[in-house]
Amino acid sequence: MRVLLKALLVLSMALIAASATGVLRASQLALRGTGDLGIVIERATGSLLIVDTTGRKTLSRVEGLGDLSHASAVFSRDERYAFVFGRDGGLTKVDLLTGTIAGRVVQAGNSIGGAISDDGTLVAVSNYEPGGVRVFDAATLALVADIPAAWPGGLSKTIGLVDAPGRRFVFTLWDAGETWIADFSNGAAPCIITKLEGIGANPYDALITADGRYYVAGLYGEDGLSLVDLWDDPVKPRRILDNYGRGEAKLPVYKMPHLEGWALAGDRFVLPAVGRHEVLFVDARSFAEVARTSVHGQPVFAVARPDGRHVWVNFAHPRNDTIQVIDSRSAEVVKEWRPGPAVLHMEFTARGHEVWVSVRDANAVQVYDARTFEKKAEIAATSPSGIFFTSRAHRTGL
Amino acid sequence: MSRLWVAAGCVLCWSATSWAGERWSGTVDPARAAALERLVLQDCGSCHGMTLKGGLGPDIRAATLKGSSPKAIKEIILDGVPGTPMPPWRSLLSEGDAEWIAHYLLQEGGR
Repeated sequence: MRVLLKALLVLSMALIAASATGVLRASQLALRGTGDLGIVIERATGSLLIVDTTGRKTLSRVEGLGDLSHASAVFSRDERYAFVFGRDGGLTKVDLLTGTIAGRVVQAGNSIGGAISDDGTLVAVSNYEPGGVRVFDAATLALVADIPAAWPGGLSKTIGLVDAPGRRFVFTLWDAGETWIADFSNGAAPCIITKLEGIGANPYDALITADGRYYVAGLYGEDGLSLVDLWDDPVKPRRILDNYGRGEAKLPVYKMPHLEGWALAGDRFVLPAVGRHEVLFVDARSFAEVARTSVHGQPVFAVARPDGRHVWVNFAHPRNDTIQVIDSRSAEVVKEWRPGPAVLHMEFTARGHEVWVSVRDANAVQVYDARTFEKKAEIAATSPSGIFFTSRAHRTGL
Repeated sequence: MSRLWVAAGCVLCWSATSWAGERWSGTVDPARAAALERLVLQDCGSCHGMTLKGGLGPDIRAATLKGSSPKAIKEIILDGVPGTPMPPWRSLLSEGDAEWIAHYLLQEGGR
């Protein structure tokens, strides 16, 4: 009897443990990898689609992620989990294999994206309210560090949060015009924070180059960008592309451009200009402007195909039904078409054979051959916005 | 005639959100109203948040805007706020559009 009871106890404990971790559920699924999976944010309904980029199809929908307007995501090193950053401060860990929520915390009132450390153990979230950055354990979502972005004006909204090599995060203070580097290489708390002041007025977004060396913040309040070479010791910001508008009148900016997709195209970087119908080409060594291309509207994303030969550009309202493709060598537009109303985001497969495009007001994601521009598939999605593939797990800054 | 009364009601108690629960529709037709509602949630939402509780731009929910006049809000929409990222929408929206949005925000934004 005692043995039986003991066996029952062990069995029930095992069952509880198994169901709590989702092992039972996972074991019912066919074995598969996650390297060709991704997620599509459905911004209006607080849901996302788990997609298979090989089959060009939706595997499942996950609901209950809160306000996903302007949501973004990063991936665990094993490419099994997506960490989704919602607008409402929600940080949700989604299991791509089981199609379920593995963890969720509402960690602030208003947020704008995040990053995962190079060792995959820390997830950081950039917050508008309360202004600052909070860092969580990637396994448990327990709070590891709270970094209020204090400046003389109170708490600053933070933007442009990225991971940097050496268990560091870099982010920028919108109100204060400062870039901060939070170094977790010696453990969680206290992390070492380096503050770079006076980088410029109203930095609106930032990026880190794929090698983790350069951090570049775009400025809304001034023509120009702030550059930090993280290999310098001590690090110091410098201004690049100063006065690229040369005093010309800016157009009203209906949507802030993103710098995240800003990638190396050959030996040049390509980036969207703020308040202009232009993309700028910047020499990757000198950071001097070497060309600019007139485009269809105010660019939002200028994303290089992974080989760097082409740059795909989408545009702000009210000209957001169009994509233009620019040849990075000639800086000329080589292709232009209208996928549909409100093209919000473009995501290349890891080696760039295809690109997925969200067309919000058509409730569709379109899949294109990235060389022939042939449309290969269309997937139904409700107000789709950001598209994120698991291959980002192994790229710095994405 | 009934439309006139609704209009009069609007003028008298624009800030009272309780009147009959009927949507203010004075300056645009229903199709335009639907397009404007989408614009507010999706495009204004890119800075103010889809629930309008704020982002890079401030909270513009009805409860927060309470006490502001529709005229002041309309002017902010059309002319923007210099020195901030709020752009002038005059080249994209008519006076009637902006007026409709101002009333929309005061009555239901962020509900």
